[in-house]
Amino acid sequence: MTGTHTFAAAPLGPDTDAPEFHAYGGDWSDIADEATRLGHQRIVVNMGPQHPSTHGVLRIMLEIDGETVTEARAGIGYLHTGIEKNMEYRTWTQGVTFATRMDYVAAMFNEAVYCLGVEKLLDIVDDVPERANVLRVMMQELTRIGSHLVAIGTGGNEMGATTVMTTAFLAREETFKIIEQVTGLRTNNAYIRPGGVAQDAPEDISEAVREMVGYVREKLDELAHLQLKNPIFIGRLKDVARLDLAGCMALGITGPMLRSAGLPQDLRKDQPYSGYETYDFQVPTAQGADAYDRVIVRMEECYESLKIIEQCADRLDQTAGQPVMVGDKKIAWPSQLSVGTDGQGNSLAHIADIMGTSMEALIHHFKIVTEGFPVPAGQAFATVENPKGVLGVHVVSDGGTKPWRAHFRDPGFNNLQALSMLCEGGQVADVVVAVASIDFVLGGVDR
Amino acid sequence: MTESDIAPVPEGRESLTLINVREGMFSGSGDTSGFGGLTKTIAMPGPSAKPYGGWFDSVVEILQELLEDTADAAIEAVVVDRGELTLRVNRDHLVEVCRHLRNDQDLRFEICLGVSGVHYPADSGAELHAVYPLLSLTHNRQMRLEVACGDDDPHIPSVCSIYPANNWHEREAYDFFGIIFDGHPGLARIQMPDDWSGHPQRKDYPLGGIPVTYKGATIPSPDTRRQYR
Repeated sequence: MTGTHTFAAAPLGPDTDAPEFHAYGGDWSDIADEATRLGHQRIVVNMGPQHPSTHGVLRIMLEIDGETVTEARAGIGYLHTGIEKNMEYRTWTQGVTFATRMDYVAAMFNEAVYCLGVEKLLDIVDDVPERANVLRVMMQELTRIGSHLVAIGTGGNEMGATTVMTTAFLAREETFKIIEQVTGLRTNNAYIRPGGVAQDAPEDISEAVREMVGYVREKLDELAHLQLKNPIFIGRLKDVARLDLAGCMALGITGPMLRSAGLPQDLRKDQPYSGYETYDFQVPTAQGADAYDRVIVRMEECYESLKIIEQCADRLDQTAGQPVMVGDKKIAWPSQLSVGTDGQGNSLAHIADIMGTSMEALIHHFKIVTEGFPVPAGQAFATVENPKGVLGVHVVSDGGTKPWRAHFRDPGFNNLQALSMLCEGGQVADVVVAVASIDFVLGGVDR
Repeated sequence: MTESDIAPVPEGRESLTLINVREGMFSGSGDTSGFGGLTKTIAMPGPSAKPYGGWFDSVVEILQELLEDTADAAIEAVVVDRGELTLRVNRDHLVEVCRHLRNDQDLRFEICLGVSGVHYPADSGAELHAVYPLLSLTHNRQMRLEVACGDDDPHIPSVCSIYPANNWHEREAYDFFGIIFDGHPGLARIQMPDDWSGHPQRKDYPLGGIPVTYKGATIPSPDTRRQYR
C-alpha cells in the first residue's frame, strides 16, 4: 500500500448515505465485489489530479455506468501559480519571464502575445525591426511544431504506442536545438522582449535551420506512416470525441479543434501580426471534427510551419546584421546578450563600454534595467494564433513601469470546457483520447 | 518618451476611469528625489467623439439602432484608443447588447474571448471592471465591452446565455475579483480552493512573500519593495 495514489469512488449528489471506497493500489477486485454486494449502480471515478494522461495536474470527475461515461467534469486550479498577479509587481520587461512559464509547451507564443500587447500600449508595433519579426516568427513556428509533436506524441503514448512518442520527441528535440542556439535556452526562453528580441541569432543559424527542416520533415513522414493508416489508431480515434462546428462556435473553441470541424480560422491569415501576411503557407482543415481529424490537422500544420521556417531562414540571410530591437533607447534593452566563458550574459563589449568609457551609458543601463520604462495609461488586447487556438492578452497600464493588470486568455483554459461534451455518452477509455485531442497544457490553463 | 507622452488625462476627453492619484516619485516614505510634492492624477483614455474611424462608426450606429430607446442608457461611452474600439456598457443592458452583437448579421461577434477583471480601487463607485474582448469571424473584427460595478454592489449579469464559453471565464473573474455574475449556471471558484477566503487579484490583496537574505543583505519581498513610478 503506497498511499500516494488515492482513487476514491465517492458517490456525489443527494444520496449522501452512499458508501465511499478508497483504492490504494491493487485492491480493485475487493472494491468491485463490495460495490456489487451493495448493489450501487452509480459510480463516480476521480481521474487525477496526478493521472499521467491528463497532461499535468488535471482532475476529471467521471460518473460511469458500466463502461459508459454519463457525466464528465473537469476540476482545475492545481497548477495555479499567480503569474498574472506576480506580473503586477515586476517591470514590463520582467513580465516576459513570467509569461513564458504559463503554457510551457508553447512558451514563445506567451512571450509574443504579451510583447505585442505592450507594444500596442507603447504604440511601437510598426517600429519593431524586420529581423526581429523574422526571428519571432521563426521561434513561434518552431514552438508550434514542438507543441503539436507533444500533442501527437503523448496522445499516442497514452494509447500505448510508445514509438509514436519517441519519434515525436526526437523531432521536437531538433526544434529545441535551433531554439537553444538562438535564445540560449530550450524552453522558458524570455527571448521575445517588448520592442524586439533579446539577442540576434548566430551567423550560421540558417544552415542549421535548413538541416533541421529536412530531419523534422522525415520524422513527420515517419509519424504519419506509423499512425494514419494504422487500423488500431483509426479504430481508437475515428468518430471519437466529436464536436461539430456549431458546438465549437458555442464554446468559443479555436485552433486545430475548430479547423478539424471545417472552418479555416487562423489569426495568422485573418489578422496577421509580426509580418505573417508576407509568408506563403496554407491553413489545413478537415471535416470529421473528431480526434482523428485533429491529429491530421496538427500533422499538416507542422508541414506548413516547416515551410514558414524555411522562408525565415532565407530572410535571416537577407537581413544579416540588421537590428533586432527598436531604435528608441528609452524602451530598448540597453545590451544584447552573448555567450561568454562563464555562460550567457550581457555582451562584453557593452560591459566594457559602460564600465570603462561612458558613465551616462552606465546610468542609462542601470535606470532602464532596474526601473524599466513607463507605458502610457490605457488598455490593449492582443491576440496570436497559438498551437491550441487564440491566445489573447489584456494588458492595462496605469502609466507606470509595471503592468496594472495583465490577463491571459489561454485557449487551453477555454477549450477544456468542451471536455464534458466530448466525453459524455462515450466509453471510459475514450476519455483519454478526448483529453489528448483537446491538447491543453495545465500551466496555461491555470496560470 | 517624454513626460508629456504619459500625461494622464488626454485633452478634451473626460475620462470615466480614474486609476490612481500619485504623490511623489516612489512608493512608501523616504522620497528623497526632490519630487515628493508631485501629485499626478492618472486616468484611462476618455470617450471619443464621432467619427470613430473605419468600421467603428457602423458598428456603433447599428448597435444604437438595434437598442432603440435604450441606446443612450446602454452605451455609456465609446472609447477609441490605440486603434481599438471599447464600448463602455451599463451593466443592466449588458446581456441585450451582447445578444445584438452576436446575432445581428452586420455585427456578428460570434466569439467572446472570455472576461478579464480589473480592479481600480481609486475609481469610487466603479471599482471593479469586467472587460469582454469580442471576436467576429464573419467580419474579421475585434472589439471589447467594458462593464463597471461598485465594490459595495459587485454584481454584473452573466453573459453565459449568449456566450456559453464564458462559463469558466466568469468563474475565474469571480474567483479573482469577487465580481458576482448574476444568472451564471454555477458560479464557484475555479482556480483557488473552494474554501479560500478573499479574491487574490484585487489590489488590496497582498502578493505575499518573505524577505530573502543573501550574503548578509536582506532583499524584501516584491510587494514591500520601494516602487518606481
